[in-house]
Amino acid sequence: MREVRTTGVGRSVRWGLSNGLPIALGYLPVATTFGILGRQAGLSVAAVTGMSAWVYAGASQFLAVKMIASGVGFFQIILATLILNFRHFLMSTVLARKIEAGKPAGAALSYWVTDETFVVASVHASPDGLNSLSFLVMALMAYLAWLSGSFVGGMFADLIPVRIVDGMGIGLYALFIALLIPSARKHWQFALVAATSALTAWGLSRLATGLSEGWALIAATLGVSALGTLLPDVETEP
Amino acid sequence: MIWLLAGMFLVTYTPRLIPFLFASRLDLPPWVRKWLKFFPYAALGALIFPGILTAVPGRPALAAGAGILAAVCALFIRNITVIVVLAIAAVLLLQNLGVVL
Repeated sequence: MREVRTTGVGRSVRWGLSNGLPIALGYLPVATTFGILGRQAGLSVAAVTGMSAWVYAGASQFLAVKMIASGVGFFQIILATLILNFRHFLMSTVLARKIEAGKPAGAALSYWVTDETFVVASVHASPDGLNSLSFLVMALMAYLAWLSGSFVGGMFADLIPVRIVDGMGIGLYALFIALLIPSARKHWQFALVAATSALTAWGLSRLATGLSEGWALIAATLGVSALGTLLPDVETEP
Repeated sequence: MIWLLAGMFLVTYTPRLIPFLFASRLDLPPWVRKWLKFFPYAALGALIFPGILTAVPGRPALAAGAGILAAVCALFIRNITVIVVLAIAAVLLLQNLGVVL
């Protein structure tokens, strides 16, 4: 009995580490960029690292720093953060059903739901490999990379060329693409949904310029996945 | 700053938390479950494009090229970490060679 449990734990930890690694590599340069831009906006090293630790929401943190730099008020920053991060409500809904953690464990795990941990867990994960522990290991790896990157960027803001690390942000897009391609090849419905959603998000951002980035993403994602229900069902592994 | 962080913490954590408290045991009708099944792929599409065009500052074509490289690599390589590293390396290389794309 003990052996079975041990191998289960070992497997979960290995799953978490191998799936957390690409996210961590993608996060490091982005977090470093955040640290640098935060310092340039007048925040202290403690403030940029603290924001990464307590807010832990990439796009919102960049937006907040930009808004602080241009002197936007407290409530506007909070509201923009809420709108931009509301997509995690939907992502958590999908993840909560896949991970099936108890309430206290789920409450803790939910803190580490990000675009990246969500897509890796829901798209890439072999369904038998995803559980509370494996998600936790993956998520902590990503979180530590985000924290250390922010700290390093904040500490050495004057030494690191921001354009170079900023360009390394391509890593996260490569992660998304690498996740999408195998599923899109296997099921044409997924390919069609992803392509339509991308075009919709682009169209919304072009046509409805008053629409914030957060709403455009939510509208495209919800709307197009709803249209997906009209397509023939996809048999996914149990 | 403390109050700003506290406020941002509240509005980022709450939407992440609530589904974990309620959604996991909800019995959803089949059409909602089908909707949720497509959701991650729709999210992936909208996360990739048009955002990728601004991934490399001032170089939309370079960023798109690195994205296409990642897509081609993904046809042959299953290891996602390798693809992430390749895309970053390609951008670093082309940025520093000063290739105009």
